[in-house]
Amino acid sequence: METAELNVAEDQQHDAHDEHHEQGFVSKYIFSTDHKTIAKQFLLTGIFWAVIGGLMSLVFRLQLGFPDMNLGWLQPILGGWITTTGQLDTNFYLALVTMHGTIMVFFVLTAGLSGTFSNFLIPLQIGARDMASGFMNMLSYWFFFASSVVMFVSFFISTGPASGGWVIYPPLSALPQAMPGSGLGMTLWLISMALFIVSTLLGGINYITTVINMRTDGMSFARLPLTIWAFFITAVIGLLSFPVLLSAALLLILDRSFGTSFYLSEIYIGGEALPNMGGSPILFQHLFWFLGHPEVYIVLLPSLGITSEIISTNSRKPIFGYKAMVGSMLGIGFLSFIVWAHHMFVTGMNPFLGSIFMLLTLIIAVPSAIKVFNYITTLWRGNIVFTPAMLFSIGLVSFFIAGGLTGIFLGNSALDIQLHDTYFVVAHFHLVMGSAAFFGLLAGVYHWFPKMFGRMMDAKLGYVHFWITFIGIYLIFFPMHYIGIAGFPRRYYSWTNFDAFSTFADLNAFISIAAIMTFAAQLIFLFNFFWSMFRGRKAEANPWKSNTLEWTTPINPGHGNWPGDIPKVYRWPYDYSKPGAPDDYIPQHIPYSETPESNLPHENELIDLEVKQEDEAIVINSGEDAENKE
Amino acid sequence: MNNLLIGIGIVLLALVIGMLYKVSTMMSVVSKKKENPESTSNDVNGILMLSFLIIGGIMAWVSAYVYFDDYSLPVASDHGVITDQLFWVTMVITGLAFIITQILLFYFSFRYRYKKESKASFYHDNSKLELIWTLVPAVVMTILVLYGLNVWNNITDTAPAESEVVEIMGMQFAWKVRYPGSDDQLGTYDYRKIDASNMFGMDLTDKNSFDDFTPREIHLPKGQPVLFKIRARDVLHSVYAPHFRLKMDAVPGMPTKFWFVPNKTTAEVRAETGNNDFNFELACTEICGSGHFTMKMLIVVDEPEEYEKWKKEQKTWLSNNPEYLTQVPEDLRELALLSSGIDPEAAKVSEATF
Repeated sequence: METAELNVAEDQQHDAHDEHHEQGFVSKYIFSTDHKTIAKQFLLTGIFWAVIGGLMSLVFRLQLGFPDMNLGWLQPILGGWITTTGQLDTNFYLALVTMHGTIMVFFVLTAGLSGTFSNFLIPLQIGARDMASGFMNMLSYWFFFASSVVMFVSFFISTGPASGGWVIYPPLSALPQAMPGSGLGMTLWLISMALFIVSTLLGGINYITTVINMRTDGMSFARLPLTIWAFFITAVIGLLSFPVLLSAALLLILDRSFGTSFYLSEIYIGGEALPNMGGSPILFQHLFWFLGHPEVYIVLLPSLGITSEIISTNSRKPIFGYKAMVGSMLGIGFLSFIVWAHHMFVTGMNPFLGSIFMLLTLIIAVPSAIKVFNYITTLWRGNIVFTPAMLFSIGLVSFFIAGGLTGIFLGNSALDIQLHDTYFVVAHFHLVMGSAAFFGLLAGVYHWFPKMFGRMMDAKLGYVHFWITFIGIYLIFFPMHYIGIAGFPRRYYSWTNFDAFSTFADLNAFISIAAIMTFAAQLIFLFNFFWSMFRGRKAEANPWKSNTLEWTTPINPGHGNWPGDIPKVYRWPYDYSKPGAPDDYIPQHIPYSETPESNLPHENELIDLEVKQEDEAIVINSGEDAENKE
Repeated sequence: MNNLLIGIGIVLLALVIGMLYKVSTMMSVVSKKKENPESTSNDVNGILMLSFLIIGGIMAWVSAYVYFDDYSLPVASDHGVITDQLFWVTMVITGLAFIITQILLFYFSFRYRYKKESKASFYHDNSKLELIWTLVPAVVMTILVLYGLNVWNNITDTAPAESEVVEIMGMQFAWKVRYPGSDDQLGTYDYRKIDASNMFGMDLTDKNSFDDFTPREIHLPKGQPVLFKIRARDVLHSVYAPHFRLKMDAVPGMPTKFWFVPNKTTAEVRAETGNNDFNFELACTEICGSGHFTMKMLIVVDEPEEYEKWKKEQKTWLSNNPEYLTQVPEDLRELALLSSGIDPEAAKVSEATF
């Protein structure tokens, strides 16, 4: 605690300070243990990967929308992956879809999202000086960084990166003779993911510990902002499911390099019969989806938490059904572990198992529906301020509905027979987890940018960014449902071989153009983000008139977050537009004793308790002082 | 195509210009006036919300209508008719939910946009309301689950004993099929016996394999149950016959199956769609390597008598590859000649050359 406060002091009187406590560039910006810096590191790395992942999707969208197009102009970048006739190499096409999936799911929407906002907001919103272990937190980022480097390197090897789909089903991913990407590229993928899992676990343990142990006085679980609930549940899900992916990957490594047969059996490939007998490729799928399905919620829940907070703040209204929101997140978190095999209805798995998983899967629709209704009711009779963050949050709800409803088709095993691995699935998950989670990420950036960088992003650019992106995403993924209902399979380089899939050339071209437009709109965001970081309008202390604790810190919070004591919490975070109150918001750290005009009857009773709390707090503080003296 | 590139270039250029413009305005605005909710932007955004709802809604309807024929594949199996029905029932239910929730979402956003004189209501709980919207989806889901379970259980039920058996094997990058021949029994196989000609790894010590035949396209009888026995020999593949609403993974080391009743002949669908080139197709839907998108096989559905005739015309695999007679045990060779339909004279000649 002492060092924390000293550093805060340093921030305030920059020049006249002891050299002794000055942090060097390296410890301040690179190997930093400050949760805010680590959050920014995750965010910047996430943005880097989002650009790469997005560009990859453009390249394969060109192939799908304009199969005859001469891509020779990409040769300077892609070299041999463009054939001499200017076509995309078929193996490279698969590498692109594989890497697009891997990057977006893991690097952008897991690390970029949880890594950024869990790190940034947990200490600030629960009232803690930093994470439980700053060192582990730093390790978490640097493991992610190492993982990123390994994945990035795999783009440049001659056999190309892993290309068996982001789900890396063996035997395709296990046998280098099956495709070039299953050689060194796959090895690097596995190494990268192993590092990534370590990073996620280090981060997750920290988030959980911090939320449980380091909440400020009065910050009971019932008073936690929904963001923190979401991050907390996400971290628990990640902690329980990522190790299973690690085990799946380990067995795959053994199969690939050490001659075991966990996933391999009776294979004849490349002119020879392999000796492996008795393994099961289905085992891998069970292990993979035991992570893979919770992963969907690891991606989505933080965004739902972020938007709960933003929608409430900007509707100037308490979130409707706080308890139901928490309950449905807990329900979704729990159910996410027992629905994984709905990805496997047509793998040859026992049909009875299929019916069980169908039942469990469709139950998830109920908590999801509750969340949607609660969002909509929060808007009802609100006084809505359309900040860019608010726009993206509303957009998220729209995507969540659109993509969630198509899940009811896919979760139904009888319908999944036809729809499995078609573009219907692609449209479904890009809306419900891809775009929705991405919008949560963007909403979070717009909303907390003033806290991160002390400056505001330009709102008008934000509006333009939102409308182009929002309309663009619908233009991409809404027509994709038609293509899916028509039965077009995923991961096809071209459909012209089949008469059944020869329609929709026009729609595919249209989707590709929409994708290019949507990507272009992200350049507006990038410009706004980096420009505003240095040149944006200076932020006020609480620009959105929000209730949560992070807005009680200085505009540029230093190490330790609060220069003085950590504020205490006396109320829930959603006292917006409370009848009788002079302002339309009452921050969490304002005691009921100061707001007699707006207190509800049961809250008046809490005033006595507050006084008691004060007394106890003094005792605790003196205890801490004693410790410090030692 | 160059036009497209130029088009993209123009779009990007326009964006860049727009940004440069913005830069200048931002520099002038920096630290002057702050955004506030009373600004016109808030109204503009609210109106855009409503416009999006209306225009987007119209576009969705129109596109769904215009493309209806394109995305409605002909259906040619008994269970396919039922799953299509389930699909449209689900579409109506979810479509209704979609329309209602999207209208509420965007209309509320527009209707309750910031106004200086108004104040949001402090409304954060209503147990009755919450109970209703928990129970309604729960009941609707229960109905869909029960409906779906019923359909699923029927589809995945054991195949009728009289089913026509067809073995489908996936390999990089083609489908191979094998029919049991006149004895209605597929011969056993062993993946270690696979070679360039014996792609199935047929075990020729099993007398059931002598009359098996491996045609280049699949023929099926209309109105009779058909059982696909599915396997793969290298990596995962997935048997996908979109017109039959049929999909099942092909897994090396773990045979799978799918049975169904084709209920339209190829000729009937040709007449129905007015497309004389129409064919049922078999595709792969599990990523399997660079040729994934090329794994096509044609399926022809015949009237039962045509089908029987076609079956009789097929030459057995062994008669096409008489050199494999050497793998047949001595005591079964007579039988092999007989049931594979190899001309004994020709066999003697070829044997002499071994």
